[in-house]
Amino acid sequence: MIAVEGGNGALGVWEWITRVTEWGVANWSYPDEPNRGIWPRLLEHMRLAYLSILIGLAVALPLGLACARWGRLYPPVLTGVNVLYAVPSIALFFLMLPYTGFSDWTAIVPLSLYTLVILLPNVVDGLRQVPDHVRQAAVAMGFGPLRRLLTVEMPVAVPVVIAGLRVASVATISMVSVASLVGLGGLGQLILSDGFRRQFDAPIVVGIVLVVLLAFVTDALLVVAQYLLTPWNRGNSGSGRARRSGRSRSRQRAVVATGTPVGAQTTAVRGPNQATAGE
Amino acid sequence: MDILNELAAWFADPAQWTGPAGIPARMGEHVYYSLLGLLISAAIAVPIGLLTGHTGVGGFFSASLANFARALPTIGVLFLIVLAAGIGLVPVVAALVALAVPPILVNTHEGVRGVEPRLKDAALGMGMRGHEVLFKLELPVATPLILIGMRTAAVQVVATATIAAYVGVGGLGRYIVDGQARQDLTMMLGGSVLVVALAVVTTLLFAGLRRLLVAPGLRSEAAAAR
Repeated sequence: MIAVEGGNGALGVWEWITRVTEWGVANWSYPDEPNRGIWPRLLEHMRLAYLSILIGLAVALPLGLACARWGRLYPPVLTGVNVLYAVPSIALFFLMLPYTGFSDWTAIVPLSLYTLVILLPNVVDGLRQVPDHVRQAAVAMGFGPLRRLLTVEMPVAVPVVIAGLRVASVATISMVSVASLVGLGGLGQLILSDGFRRQFDAPIVVGIVLVVLLAFVTDALLVVAQYLLTPWNRGNSGSGRARRSGRSRSRQRAVVATGTPVGAQTTAVRGPNQATAGE
Repeated sequence: MDILNELAAWFADPAQWTGPAGIPARMGEHVYYSLLGLLISAAIAVPIGLLTGHTGVGGFFSASLANFARALPTIGVLFLIVLAAGIGLVPVVAALVALAVPPILVNTHEGVRGVEPRLKDAALGMGMRGHEVLFKLELPVATPLILIGMRTAAVQVVATATIAAYVGVGGLGRYIVDGQARQDLTMMLGGSVLVVALAVVTTLLFAGLRRLLVAPGLRSEAAAAR
């Protein structure tokens, strides 16, 4: 085991941690060569991941909106999107190569698709669980469809959308590393080229730790964003809290699915029980 | 499209379908590694998930585990295990197990824990004992979710078994690795198409399993949870 190379037991592990940390600090960045070191890889990783997430979100919102409004659209779209999810990311990166070459898009297109797959059901469910009395109140106040959508329905859907965004962003940040196999991939490059090809464990460990840290920091930022965007949910155990990211994606969807009458998914009927779909 | 013609020619070449480097042999290796990884993962994760879900212990642990596992970059884990334990089947399967255990465990736990309390009360009221409640009520009701967890794990395992070729064992990833080494885009694409096909077949298999294993009364709910 590499973990005990320098000694035995706890001391060996400690020496190993020290060695890996020292390597990380020593190779963090090179002022003379801006493209060398760990820091540029981290920036590249963030660029690929965040662009993918943003593009996925930008597509998921209007598509989810359309699916929520025209219920008939949802089952075929959902099926198509689920088939896409069955396609492994690694294979998709290679399948993109003839069309995008070795550019950022080779990573961004597949990763945006994965974000879309995870987000779409959440956008639709979020919009569908807007309580009917809330909608009616907006209508009674004279809100038109667009104003109602932007100022009432979208904000109410925010916790569910952000729950999906948290799952999607963590998964995407992790998956960017795989793109290193096609010559991209930020921290994955650190793991593959500096670590694996040179049979050296320190870059691999630093890479893994930074990917996990980046994922958790991004997750925390999204929690803060939700807090800021939903002032009415503060200080009570609203539906946003019931949807902790700890739950698996399927569990979330199962919760939504079982909380919503099956028949109501395809018809326009909205019962008051849908208000509790998030519980 | 030019590339599609080349790809079709690659698949049509009879040399592609025989010998130890042929598609059937590579496919066999790929399926073998994936199945091994998935079965070991299920053997570890399902019993633990049933137990923690039934007793209600460890919910926080399983939630944290799922979050952490989602963030963990698989290729890093695989390469690290290979570096530590050497090249061979064992590190590959170990990495696949590390990948597949969390989704199965979490879905089993959440599936069992999420069983309607009234159903459990009814079962207890009918005089069922703890293990009877678990196996006659909670396990069947949780089956759809457990299968979703297994499907997620299976697709990830099939995809990740591709990387196994980078660390010297066979499988469909060999086409991708060798194609990359020889600058042969057609070969890489051929390998990718095969992996995609296998992943889609895996998904379909789980749809069939759901039909087979999920009790009729639960099917509509299972379909909705899909």
